[in-house]
Amino acid sequence: MSPDHSHLTYLDLAIAAALILVNVGLSLALRLDLARKWLVAGLRTVVQLLLIGYILEWVFAVNRWYVVVLLMAVMTLIAGHVSSGRSALKYPGMGIDGLISVWISAWLMTAFGIFAVMRMDPWYDPTFAIPLLGIILGNVLTGVALGLERVTEELQTRRDQIEMLLGLGATRWEAFRMAARPAVVAAMIPVVNALSVVGIVSLPGVMTGQVLAGVSPEQAIRYQIVIMFLIAAASALGTVLAVLLAYRRLFDLEHRFRYWKLEAREPA
Amino acid sequence: MRAASLNPDPIHSAADSAPPLLRAARISRHDPVKGALLLHPFSLDVNAGDSIVLTGATGSGKSLLLRSLVMFDPVDEGEIFLKGERVTGRNMPVHRSHVAYVRQRPAMVEGTVEQNLRLPHTLAIHAGHLFARDRALRLLDALGLPAAFLGKLARDLSGGEAQLVALVRVLLLDPLILLLDEPTAALDAGTTAAVESLLRTWAETGPGQKAMLLVTHSPEQARRLGRRHLHISDRRLQPEVGTPPADARSAGPISADS
Repeated sequence: MSPDHSHLTYLDLAIAAALILVNVGLSLALRLDLARKWLVAGLRTVVQLLLIGYILEWVFAVNRWYVVVLLMAVMTLIAGHVSSGRSALKYPGMGIDGLISVWISAWLMTAFGIFAVMRMDPWYDPTFAIPLLGIILGNVLTGVALGLERVTEELQTRRDQIEMLLGLGATRWEAFRMAARPAVVAAMIPVVNALSVVGIVSLPGVMTGQVLAGVSPEQAIRYQIVIMFLIAAASALGTVLAVLLAYRRLFDLEHRFRYWKLEAREPA
Repeated sequence: MRAASLNPDPIHSAADSAPPLLRAARISRHDPVKGALLLHPFSLDVNAGDSIVLTGATGSGKSLLLRSLVMFDPVDEGEIFLKGERVTGRNMPVHRSHVAYVRQRPAMVEGTVEQNLRLPHTLAIHAGHLFARDRALRLLDALGLPAAFLGKLARDLSGGEAQLVALVRVLLLDPLILLLDEPTAALDAGTTAAVESLLRTWAETGPGQKAMLLVTHSPEQARRLGRRHLHISDRRLQPEVGTPPADARSAGPISADS
C-alpha cells in the first residue's frame, strides 16, 4: 500500500548522509571547530538508528510480551539515567529520583494509552507499544530533567528565604513551596507551548512518519492528539514527582533544609 | 554520647521545677560535609527574663550557636528543650515560632515591606494571628520610619532598613525569645538607640516571660543590654562569669558526662 517513493535504499541514505558535508563545510569556512563533532554526531545518528532498527525488527518478529517489556525497561533506564545528569547542582540520590520519576510517569501514561485509549490487542503489540513509550519517554525526560534542574537551582538561590520562612515557624513544606512553584512552572512551560503550537509551527514526528508511511492524515492526526495528551500528562506527572522526590531528600523531618546536600556538579 | 542511662526521662527531670525557657543540652556541630568541628559541645539555659549578650571574634561560631538553637543545621548530638519539652520534628514549627531568630543579613521576599511583614501570617502556625497593620505602624514609628515605608519595595531597602523590617516582622509574632544576630550592625547611632529602647520595651511588657539573646561586637551595647554575658572563642562557649554554668544548676542527666 505504500507508494514506491516511501521505500528507501542504502543509496538514498548515503545521499542524505552526504549532507553532513554541508555542516562540515560551514564549520570549516566559519572556523567553528565543529567539523569533527559534526562527523562524529552524524556517524552516531546512523549507527544508533540502524542498530535500533535491527533490534526493533527482531522484537517485532519475536513478538513476545516479555521481550517487549524488556526493551521498554532498557529504554526507560537510559532515559531515567539521562534525566538527572543535566543539572548544574546535584544531591545524593538524584539519579534514583530521576529514574523513579521517569519510570512511573512514562509507564503509567503508556499503559493508559495502551489499555484505555487504544485498547490494543495484544496489549504488547510492539509496533505500537514501543514507539508510544519512546515518544512519551523523550518528553518525560525533558520534564524531569528541567524539574530537577530548576528545583535545585531555586533551592540554592533561595536558601536565605527558605531559612527565613523556617525560622518564622514554617513547616518544611511551606518553605519548600517557595522554590517548588517556580521550578514546576518553568518545567511545564515547554509542554504547554508544544500543545499550543502543534500543527501550526510543528508537525510532530509520529504524525509525519505515519503520513509518509501512507496513513491518511486524518487518522494520523487522531493518533497525534492522543499522543499529545499522553505526553502532557506524563511530562507534568514526571516533573511533579521529581520535584517531590527532591523535596523528600533535601528537607528532613525536623523541618530543616539540608542545603549541604546540594553541590555543584564537576564539569565533565 | 548522652549519658541518658542515669535517668531515662530527661524531659521529666527538666520539668520538675520551673524549667528554663530554653535549654540547649550538649549541642555540638560538625561540618556535615568535611567533618571539621565547628562548635564544641555546649550547654546553655535561657531563663525567662534573661537578657543575654554573646560576644566573640568574627568566625568564632556566634551565628552557628544561634542557628543551633533553632536547629537550622544538622546537630551531631545534644537536645533542645523549650519550657522543658524536648524539641523534635513534630513541634519544630512551634519551637521556631516562639524562638525568633533574626539573621544578620535578613532575607526578604519580593514585594513591599508590608507584604514582607504579612508573610509569616500566611503560615499555618500563625493561623488566627492576624496581621495588625496599626501595630506594625507603631513599631515602625518607634524606629523612626514613616507609614509610607510600608509601601517601599524590599529590593530597595538598605541593609539597615532590612534589619529593621526583619525585627518588626518577628515582634509582630509575639515570640518568647529573640535571637538577634548583630541587629544594629548596619544602623546609625540614633536608630541603634531606637532599636535598643524598642527591645527593652518589648522585654518589659510581660516581664519575666520573655528572654533575649543578642550577638554584638559593641562593648557599649553589651553593657547597655546584657544582664548575662556569654563569650565564645575558638568555637567554644566560654564558662559564664558571674553566673553559674547552666550544667551546674541542672543536676540532671544532661551534665552527667560533661
